[in-house]
Amino acid sequence: MHPIFGQLRRLLLYLAAWIPLAALLAYLLSVTGELSRVESACLALPLCFLYAFVCLSAWYPCRVTPIDRTAINRLALTHVGGALVCSGVWVLAARILAWLLSSNVSEFRSLSVHLDPALPLIFGAGILLYLVSVFFYYALIALEASQQAEARVLQAGLLAREAELKALKAQVNPHFLFNSLNSISALTSSDPARAREMCILLGDFLRRTLGLGEKSAITLQEEISLIHAFLAVEKIRFGARLRMEETIAPEALGIDVPPLLLQPLVENAVVHGIANCIAGGWIRLGVQCEDGLLSVVVENQFDPEAPSRHKNGMGLMNVRQRLEARYGHRATFGVTSEGDRFRVGLTLPAERRSPAS
Amino acid sequence: MSRDAASKIRVMIVDDEDLARQVLREYLSAHAEVEVIAECSNGFDAVKAVAESKPDLVLLDIQMPKLDGFEVLELIGAEGLAVVFVTAHDSHAIRAFEVHAVDYLLKPVAADRFEAALAHAKERLEGKVLTAAPPPAQLATAARPPSQFLDRIPVRNGSSVFIVPVAKLDYVEAQDDYVALASQGKKHLKQQTIAALEAALDPSRFLRIHRSYIVNLERVVKVEPYGKDSHMAILTSGVQLPVSRAGYARLRAFLDR
Repeated sequence: MHPIFGQLRRLLLYLAAWIPLAALLAYLLSVTGELSRVESACLALPLCFLYAFVCLSAWYPCRVTPIDRTAINRLALTHVGGALVCSGVWVLAARILAWLLSSNVSEFRSLSVHLDPALPLIFGAGILLYLVSVFFYYALIALEASQQAEARVLQAGLLAREAELKALKAQVNPHFLFNSLNSISALTSSDPARAREMCILLGDFLRRTLGLGEKSAITLQEEISLIHAFLAVEKIRFGARLRMEETIAPEALGIDVPPLLLQPLVENAVVHGIANCIAGGWIRLGVQCEDGLLSVVVENQFDPEAPSRHKNGMGLMNVRQRLEARYGHRATFGVTSEGDRFRVGLTLPAERRSPAS
Repeated sequence: MSRDAASKIRVMIVDDEDLARQVLREYLSAHAEVEVIAECSNGFDAVKAVAESKPDLVLLDIQMPKLDGFEVLELIGAEGLAVVFVTAHDSHAIRAFEVHAVDYLLKPVAADRFEAALAHAKERLEGKVLTAAPPPAQLATAARPPSQFLDRIPVRNGSSVFIVPVAKLDYVEAQDDYVALASQGKKHLKQQTIAALEAALDPSRFLRIHRSYIVNLERVVKVEPYGKDSHMAILTSGVQLPVSRAGYARLRAFLDR
């Protein structure tokens, strides 16, 4: 849709803007050439009216050659070519108009002859006007793009907020709590010291997750210590069945991540992996930092023939949505399962907290 | 027939978490009339232990490795057995009572709730001749939510358990009170009626082509006329199955869709 031609109001405004240009052209014609003032005005007004429409067409080449994604020589070729052609047409139109006027109106009999010395001026003005409109359209396109980008950022922000809220609501899995409380209840008579320890670990984990609600990012180190708090509770429940292996690049610890991004992945590995294996299994957490990207892999063993639990994936879906809302195409998320191994891999931009905040 | 006062109630605890079993054991230890005869940490062991030691009462977790609580119940099929589910999930309660569970305890398990469940179980056991419940296998199938079809079929052979994934099921043949599940060149016998199994299988993948046969539609290579009125379905394995007139109509209706 043409930004000016599409709307009558804009078109009228645009044409009005050409009136002073027509006056200027008439003035220039009358000063430089052999044309009288009346002759100049009678030529300049219809010519400018015509050229206003010719210049509208400059929008199309502007749109197909985005200024930031087109080679400079192609850009120059397109628009200079366009300017030459349009201006040429304009000069031709000027001659036809002059011929029509001189052959039909007796006062303008010598107009055709008087015009010839002014033709280079018209040609030059045509090129200039065309190029001005090219700049105008590029400015318009840039403005529109920035407005769209702003709207997108706003939208993404809303989505992120929403996903974040949902995530936090869904965060502490009630069944994790119920099972942990049941374990504590068992320990109270058989091993009171351990029961107390488990109460403290559970309290520690809950307090950490609660405090995260207001933060938009925490360091990877904080996230990992949250995972440790979670696993400390689960270790009491599952005992030797739960084996955790970690390979974490130390330089990654200071990187900012959204809170509770990785903990759900580990919880998923426990609930759908370890809990279904009679002899238990391992969970491997690998974190690397390369080329400005943080990549995290959570891998676990699972029993492919296990009875299906409620369709899981809620936790995984949530993580994926939050990544998407927050980083867009700059983050990736992938799930693969091969034999008895389940693997979630994600990458996100490695951002560090600015020293100011 | 009432329970002999001298004999103890034989209880089995099935839960994959050691501490969860420990709570139940502790609650039971206060009752002299109760004896814990076995503890199992997964579904396979539970089925085996029930077959071997014939408990009166099973305290059964639902989410466990290998077989879930409902699948265990479906397989043990022992009459006169009282089952109490013990789980952290409240979403299975309706299904549990549909399979005639005595009670449904939520973790963490409260002592008074446990006592009530035990009392219910005793009542059930006292009058166990009176409650001639339908075979558990049928109940478990009937209790499945209608939208959810089987994706695996557990089969018991003596005390061992075998799982037939539905995707690997070629066809089902009715044999009196049993169904034979043909999968990967083997046949597994299961005590269930073919109608009950038909109801639990996804109708877009499995079709009753004959009074005695359900076929996995993905396995059918072609259907040929056979005799005057009937047809024969030929499977990828080369097996030929009779198709009745009604079965052929259903098959046509399916293919026309």
